[in-house]
Formats: sequence, structure tokens, C-alpha cells
Amino acid sequence: MELYLTRHFGKPEAKTLAGYEKLGGFRTARKALTMKPEEIVAQVKAANLRGRGGAGFPAGVKWGFLPDNGRPRYLVVNADEGEPGTFKDRRLMEQDPFQLLEGILITCHAIRAKTAYIYVRGELITAARTLDAAIEEMRAKRYLGQRCMGTPVELDIFVHRGAGAYICGEETALLNSLEGKRGEPRLKPPFPAVAGAFADPTIVNNVETISAVPHIIEKGGAWFAGLGVEGDGGVRIFGVSGHVRKPGLYERPVGYNLRQLILEDCGGIRGGNQLKGVIPGGSSTPVLLPSEIDVPLSIAGLQAAGTMIGSAAIIVFDETTCVVRAMWRLARFYHHESCGQCTPCRDGCGWIEDILTRIENGRGTRADLETLEKTARGMSGTTICPLADACSMPTLAFLRKFRSEFEEHIEKQACPHGNRFVAPWEVK
Amino acid sequence: MTWNPAPRIEEKLEKILKAYPDKRAACLPALFLAQDELGWVPDDVMVWVSEKLGMPKSQVEGVATFYTMFNKKQVGKYHLELCTNISCSLCGAEQVLHALEDELGIKVKQTTEDGMFTLHEVECLATCGMGPAMQVGEVIYEELTPEKVPAIIAELRKKG
Repeated sequence: MELYLTRHFGKPEAKTLAGYEKLGGFRTARKALTMKPEEIVAQVKAANLRGRGGAGFPAGVKWGFLPDNGRPRYLVVNADEGEPGTFKDRRLMEQDPFQLLEGILITCHAIRAKTAYIYVRGELITAARTLDAAIEEMRAKRYLGQRCMGTPVELDIFVHRGAGAYICGEETALLNSLEGKRGEPRLKPPFPAVAGAFADPTIVNNVETISAVPHIIEKGGAWFAGLGVEGDGGVRIFGVSGHVRKPGLYERPVGYNLRQLILEDCGGIRGGNQLKGVIPGGSSTPVLLPSEIDVPLSIAGLQAAGTMIGSAAIIVFDETTCVVRAMWRLARFYHHESCGQCTPCRDGCGWIEDILTRIENGRGTRADLETLEKTARGMSGTTICPLADACSMPTLAFLRKFRSEFEEHIEKQACPHGNRFVAPWEVK
Repeated sequence: MTWNPAPRIEEKLEKILKAYPDKRAACLPALFLAQDELGWVPDDVMVWVSEKLGMPKSQVEGVATFYTMFNKKQVGKYHLELCTNISCSLCGAEQVLHALEDELGIKVKQTTEDGMFTLHEVECLATCGMGPAMQVGEVIYEELTPEKVPAIIAELRKKG
């Protein structure tokens, strides 16, 4: 299969402006800067490009929400990649920084923004440095500034580093963080398109979303749409981690079969072990049983399977895994990352962690399972942002699909895996 | 008391301020500038940031304490940050953590007596296909095993 988003991975020359241009880079930007902004938006709409960060909102539609009120407009690229299991944006920035920057150039022309910020997760230092160097090269060559590439288009791009807060991946928390505040999500409305960064109209898009834009403009929206499925176009980068023989990033068309990806492309399960479960879209998405993975990797496909494609981060675990410990670790993560604004999230994530700690350590009771379920249900949909749901959804799914393992922990008053993520006697 | 950094730091901050329509937006970059120099963000840095950016000090402190990457206490020369989130733990991060604790003679969240190493668990480092992963400053170690730990620590000790 031909690669688009990852085609320059492993080619060091792509990291310099001259090298990227030799590989055909910036030809599309040159063309796009002479197009009318409306034409670009129309192509992206026709491409059915859905947001790659997790929410899956159609990018072209989002761009259409900007009001015409004469205020400055901003593009903010969400590079706060932090959803456990997700590792595509780091590689997109480190391996092909100019693809993203070309996408930003085209997008900013399309939405008439003169300033773009790339909000890079604080931990991703190499990605931030790579982008900074690439932006400097573009400035020096006047690909940025008052007259980008000799056209009347004006643009500058800045890298803004986060500082270690998962919640800043939520777009309004990210905007607060960009403004130098605590990364606490805002109430919506107003949506960022109306009042975003510095209270001005702002579009927030994921790194992979923007990296797809040059390909859409080069080959056309209809071409991109045709690669995927109805209403959900193009290719995506699936990050597979856990107990497969060949973990890594796999660029595949939207709608590709999950089972085929895991059992064939990734070489199946390590050591010939039995598959136990698959978290298909990052740690917040409900787990699938082995019998449920024959599904198309699209927004609708996974929705029909009762879960979500999220950030396309596929976490695979085999029969040696303790699911109580796995969920306990996730609950600990969400408890740590809750910003603390909303009581159901601040306390609920903590309760879930506490109860799971008890069960995993052999002190759980039958009533704990009921409390766990009640707490998780009570959190859902009651908070400013979806972090509470991100903890509640996997908890409920693990509990429902692996109930007997939770009960075994309680009956034996011990973790059958010896308080380990993976039982050592079965690791191959 | 306010921090009194070298002129080049002040220059860097001036350059950063140009990126934003509101200077308060430089709060995180300013704290990073200080931490890169000092290894942590002591009280006088908060005063410096509040004076430079025209924010109340309490607000700067609120920001600094919200984000885990700002060290509110001094850390060792090498700050070992091991991911123990789901993908890394599925591949043995808990065992790597124990190996690090044994090798360094400290528990997680502690610093060695010689001030060389601080050990922390961190959340997902976004390199899940190559786990277990550990970040030390700007260097990332991937596909760790307990067996690889002594050599990594020995190499850092040698570098001093």
C-alpha cells in the first residue's frame, strides 16, 4: 500500500528544508497559497477529514464556524499527545516536521489566520526542538513572515511547550495553558471557533489532522475521501502497543480491519499466547474481547462495536495480563490528571482508584463492585470536560467484560497474578 | 527576593514575549527558562516571573504547581522518569522500576545521597510501541528490561 503520512519516516533528509523540497515538499503549499481560501476549505470538507485527536469532528466543517468579525484568528495545533497508548504525533513531528508545517501554512491561508501556535507536550522535547529548527529555516527562507513564499499571505508559527498535564490535550484547557494559565477546561459555549486563544476566533486541530492537509490539496478532497469509508475519509496512523509481535505505527486506510491489523500485520500475539483483550482507541476507550475485534477501524465501525476509535491507539494484551491491575493503573492515571474543577471527576477518579487498589491487594468485597459501578456511572456526563468519562468508560467496560476476574480477586482475597501486570510464569 | 538571571536569559524572555499578544502567555516558557538554568523553580523565580509578566505571584505559583514538569524541589543531576502507564507496564515497566530502585538504592520519588539521581514514575511518554520507556533530560531510553538497567546507570555515573 502506498504511504502518505509516514512516507518520510526514517529519511533524515526530510528534516531539512532543502531535503524536504527535494522530496517534493512545499509544491502543494505554493499551489495552495494562490488558491482562494474558500476553495481549500471546500476540498477539506469534501475529503471527509475527521479530527485525529480523538473527538473525530470533521475538520472542514469546524473551519467553517469561524465568525467574520474582524478579530485576529489563530490556528492552534494540538500536539499535546498524552492519551496512553498514543505515539503517532511525536513521530510525525520528529520524523517529518515540514509536512506538519506545510499543512499549517495551507490551513492558515484557508482560515485566514496570521498566527499559528503548535502546543507541544512538554515531555516531547525532541519534537519541540525539531519543529523550532524547521521554523527557523522557513523564516530564513521567507516561507514565513510578511509575504510567505512571495505571496501576500502573512503568517508566523510558534512552538509553545506544555509542562506535564494530560488535561491540556482537551482543547479549551490547552488554550488556557497557551495563555499562561492553569490548564483547566472551559465551559462551552463559547466554542474556540468563536472565542478561543486570547478570546479571539481559534481553530484547534490535531497534528495528524493538519499533516493530512497537504495531501488533500495535492490530490483533491474526493481522492482522500475515497481512501476511507463513507463520511470518514483518508488514511490514519494506528499505533499498536502491548503484546503483539511487531508493535509500532501502521498507516492504513480508514475502515481497515482491526483483527487483520493485530493478527496479521503486527504478527499476532507474542509467544503464541492467547489474545485477551484490545483497547482500540487509547486508554479512555472501552475494551474489546477477542470475539469482538472483527470490525472496521472507522469512527462508525467502532461505535457500532460499543467503543471508539479515539486517537487510533491500539493497546493489545494477552492471557497473562491482570485486567484489575491494568484498570487500576489507568484509574491512578486519571485521578492524577484530573484538574480538580468538577467534584464528580476529582473525587470519582479517586474513588475508582481506591476501590481498585483494594481489590487488587486482596481486600475487596462484593459491595465494592457495586460501588465501583455506581461511581463510574455517576461521573459520566456530569463534568465540564470528558476526563471523567475517560475514566468511567473503560472502568465499566472492564468490569462488564471481565467480571469473573474481579470476582476472583475478591473471592481469593488476592491477585491471581501475584500483583503483577503480567504473570511472570507465563511471560514468553 | 527576586531571581537575578544572566542578561542572556532576560534577552531570551524578551524574544519569547514577541510570540504572544498578551505577555502573561509567557508564564510557562519563563518558568522553563528558569528551570533550565537552576534545575527547579524556587520561590525567587516565581517573584521574577510575576514581575516580568505583570501577574500576581500567587497566580504564577498556581501555574507552577499545576504542571508536573516544574520541579518544586531540587532534583538530582539525572532525573530518571520511567513511564509505568499501561503500554509500558504490559511490557514489564514495573520490573524495570524495581531494578532501578535496587540499582540506585532509593525508592521512587527519592534522590540519591550524592545528588546524582532522582527517580520518578511518569505518565505515558508517547513512545508506546517501544516500551518500557524512560526519559532522562532530553534522552529517551526505549525497550528497557531489568537487565539493561545496571549498564545505563553505570554510564550516567561515569559521565558524572
